[in-house]
Amino acid sequence: MSELLISRHDRVLQLTLNRPQARNALNNALLTQIADALESAQQDSNVGAVIITGSDRVFAAGADLQEMAEKDLAATLNDIRPRIWARIDAFSKPLIAAVNGYALGAGCELALLCDVVVAGDNATFGLPEITLGLMPGAGGTQRLIRCVGKSLATQMVLTGRSIDAQRAQQAGLVSEIYPVGLTTEYAISLAAAMAKHSPLALQAAKQALRQSQEVTLSAGLAQERQLFTLLSATDDRREGIAAFLAKRQPEFKGR
Amino acid sequence: MDAFILSHVEHGVMTLTLNRPDRLNSFNEVMHGQLAECLTQAERDDAIRCLVITGAGRGFCAGQDLNDRNVDPSGPPPDLGYSVETFWNPLVRRLATLPKPVICAVNGVAAGAGATLALGCDIVVAARSANFVMAFSKLGLIPDCGGTWVLPRVAGRARAMGLALLGDKLSAEQAQQWGMIWQVVDDAQLSDTANQLARHFSTQPTYGLGLIKQAINAAETNGLDAQLDLERDYQRMAGRSADYREGVSAFLAKRQPQFTGK
Repeated sequence: MSELLISRHDRVLQLTLNRPQARNALNNALLTQIADALESAQQDSNVGAVIITGSDRVFAAGADLQEMAEKDLAATLNDIRPRIWARIDAFSKPLIAAVNGYALGAGCELALLCDVVVAGDNATFGLPEITLGLMPGAGGTQRLIRCVGKSLATQMVLTGRSIDAQRAQQAGLVSEIYPVGLTTEYAISLAAAMAKHSPLALQAAKQALRQSQEVTLSAGLAQERQLFTLLSATDDRREGIAAFLAKRQPEFKGR
Repeated sequence: MDAFILSHVEHGVMTLTLNRPDRLNSFNEVMHGQLAECLTQAERDDAIRCLVITGAGRGFCAGQDLNDRNVDPSGPPPDLGYSVETFWNPLVRRLATLPKPVICAVNGVAAGAGATLALGCDIVVAARSANFVMAFSKLGLIPDCGGTWVLPRVAGRARAMGLALLGDKLSAEQAQQWGMIWQVVDDAQLSDTANQLARHFSTQPTYGLGLIKQAINAAETNGLDAQLDLERDYQRMAGRSADYREGVSAFLAKRQPQFTGK
């Protein structure tokens, strides 16, 4: 059976990490499959949003240590892994992580890369790289501190200790907590709620949100206004407003 | 090695007997370890659908064995937080989250952590001669093993304060009158009563019972809004269980349901 299961729920694409024997460890092959799937979803106008999930007990428990152990300095310098992560990060439609159980190391970094994280009440988030004599290498030190703040991020990265779903929600890493048995379908319904909106508006809004992490507030506001202006030229914006005024459901075309 | 915990599994019921009768079944580290192993089995084995905890001999449990702690008055102060964090807290958490009913059959004195452990179980049945002693205050300590959380919830604030601050003996009958425990029975009836309850639970829709337990535990800290949402979620899950289907079809066919616990 494939290590990445792909299923569809109307306009929502579900990617399920499926390497139970390796606790869904993210080796290069699996990360590449995720990148491939997202790139196909990018081209597919019938996909409005994507969720990534694992099993009830583990989202992804890290990177593949065997794979990493084989790489010396020279090999690490030329590792293709950062490029695979960049391909995943380039996905421009809404991406939701539905996390049950362990999201550790690269698993936590994958969740942090997603636009929204929803968690089962058994979820655990952590970056234990430090306990192995290394450190997060795929955004862990950058994206975590931006969502949970300095103290907690530093504590997690330097001790390697993880936090539970409640703590992750309080800190801002997680938006919603659900009972484990319902996490995936609630994530799908959240994705479906996004996917029914105009694809161009979703893409522009996501881009603006992403850019807020990159630039100053005034530059961010300018870029936001530019994207806002761009949408004014779309059919979907006319349709959205017309449908609202006529009290009917809009029919977006992605134009 | 001494068997400080006697474990017996039969007809879907796991009966755990605290077994250091010469020390009123008070806990040392080895005993904690043995109990933890039994709980791992109870958590993993779907065939176990109810847990009964009771004590051997004349007492139920006298809590922490003080001989097992560093109490040398001239030595450095002991770290009591260690045994709380390492042994008692995980025990309380595991019993509270075990998705099956936990019955405590209090056969005699329950003192200190033994009392608060018993009161934290889902269904508490006590022998008429049993009693509960929040002995902590007399040693300068606080009720642990969930004591300060569970006491005000089962007894109300005023009685919780009185019990915890005075540390006096509370009879099983008084505990029942105050609504702190489910039932008091004559000493000779205790074991039969607990077993009968356990056998009943072992034939019931265990998955649903587990959800009821989690929901009621969550209600202790949730507001109405959060609890209503949780009820919706748990009902959604319960409605998908095999036992719900079986319950409905048995009702419609006017026959006895055969629940599998799933």
